[in-house]
Amino acid sequence: MSRYSSRRRRNKIAIGLSLASMLFGLAWLALILGALIWQGIGGLSLSVFTEMTPPPGSKGGLANAIVGSLLMTTLAVAIGTPLGILAGTYLAEYGRYGRLAPIVRFVNDILLSAPSIVIGLFVYEIVVAPLGHFSGYAGALALSLIVIPIVVRTTEDMLLLVPKELREAAAALGTPRSIVIRRIAYRAVRAGMLTGVLLAIARISGETAPLLFTALNNQFFSLDLNQPTPSLPVVIFQFALSPYKEWQQLAWTGALIITLAVLALSITARALAGARKSA
Amino acid sequence: MIDIAIAAPRNSAPEARAGQTEKLSIRNLRFFYGANQALRDITVPLYARHVTAFIGPSGCGKSTLLRVLNRIYDLYPNQRAEGEVLLDGKDILAPGLDVNLLRARIGMVFQKPTPFPMSIYENIAFGIRLYERLPRAEVDRRVESALRRAVLWDEVKDKLSASGLSLSGGQQQRLCIARTLAVKSEVILLDEPCSALDPISTAKIEELICELKDDYTIVLVTHNMQQAARVSDFTAFMYLGELIEFDPTSKMFTAPHDRRTQDYITGRFG
Repeated sequence: MSRYSSRRRRNKIAIGLSLASMLFGLAWLALILGALIWQGIGGLSLSVFTEMTPPPGSKGGLANAIVGSLLMTTLAVAIGTPLGILAGTYLAEYGRYGRLAPIVRFVNDILLSAPSIVIGLFVYEIVVAPLGHFSGYAGALALSLIVIPIVVRTTEDMLLLVPKELREAAAALGTPRSIVIRRIAYRAVRAGMLTGVLLAIARISGETAPLLFTALNNQFFSLDLNQPTPSLPVVIFQFALSPYKEWQQLAWTGALIITLAVLALSITARALAGARKSA
Repeated sequence: MIDIAIAAPRNSAPEARAGQTEKLSIRNLRFFYGANQALRDITVPLYARHVTAFIGPSGCGKSTLLRVLNRIYDLYPNQRAEGEVLLDGKDILAPGLDVNLLRARIGMVFQKPTPFPMSIYENIAFGIRLYERLPRAEVDRRVESALRRAVLWDEVKDKLSASGLSLSGGQQQRLCIARTLAVKSEVILLDEPCSALDPISTAKIEELICELKDDYTIVLVTHNMQQAARVSDFTAFMYLGELIEFDPTSKMFTAPHDRRTQDYITGRFG
């Protein structure tokens, strides 16, 4: 029995180690969340959502930054999602056995891991510099370039999960390929594809670097994306580095708002993925 | 070791064939997976409104043959068929043929039940709406008659809007058969339709096959020789990509002509 007992002992050690590393990882997450709530919750009030970012030394809110973030994120998702889904569909369905798909997939993987500041600089070069001014449109474009590769990847991965038997069964009824994709394959993995879009939204709602070079910032409320447009991450960046108490407080509150929004999105994405498994 | 003396495929017993029409005629069919030849000069008739069973050990090419008949192999690159397969006298391997229209005429049911990710009703209506624009009431009627035909109606009539995936394996398989019946196909290809099912569901499907042959030409691939004996009118025995023997089922199982057929159906190999 000595082999058995030593195996049990090693098993216990392994479980102990993995438990410890899990706690180590979770502890930092809890500390971050705790610090955000501790520092940010005090500043959370209705005025945060109704008042504009204040000049130094006076009170105000984040309304213009929140609206700017929502506008640019919405536009970026509106641009990035259809393109990403179409490209992902090509990779998984039409190009699966072709020669072009591996190249596109490789380029997409590079884009997926490109530093976001490089994307900001790129959009600065092709949009901001020629037009001569920063704008919300440029910011949304930069964010959409982050959305596209994420959606391409999740769409392709999800479509590859569709069993070939299901495709064959649909084709065996005389279903044209486009209908097999739209009515059968998309439907079989729609929760997974939606999860990909939600993850992309979560990712871009915290992006600062690509917006610094494109949307810049704006002290005033504006729905015109042709103007420099404020966003929560950029405002946080600016306010957190400032020496003013009121600004620092707003930066904490803004960080808390972003974190809670992303948390809500992630939970939604997980719930959807769970629903897919049990369906 | 098995005796593999090469005998010419026997495919004539004219007395049994008088008056039969060939719904599908397979002539000198060869099939390749890349450079790999999986079927060698298969010639066999498939008679209208009869059940023809294909039996043989794994890898003998019987499923491959079935997949040629509705050209489902077209979905994959590097698979190609040579020779002739005539459906009502027209070659379905001819270039330029619309495979979707062909597949609407030749239905297929797979080994694993494959309900679509939608409601039971939609699973049936999906195929109907592909080629016909019908008023809702007419679609309802067609869905019901297909489900009745597949002996599933009584089990699902109260939950037509439930997901097709919520049914049991045997029910899912009958749903797939109903789906094929609803689109008014003429030929039904069954690729080991019972191998994932329990004996009771298997019996129901076999009963169904026997009823359907009044209206359909049925081609059945099966591992189960008792099943072939029970439901088929003609049986073809395949081995290593060749057709060894084709005869009326009663003859095949009582007086097989070829030594290999005899060995296989008596369970000596396979």
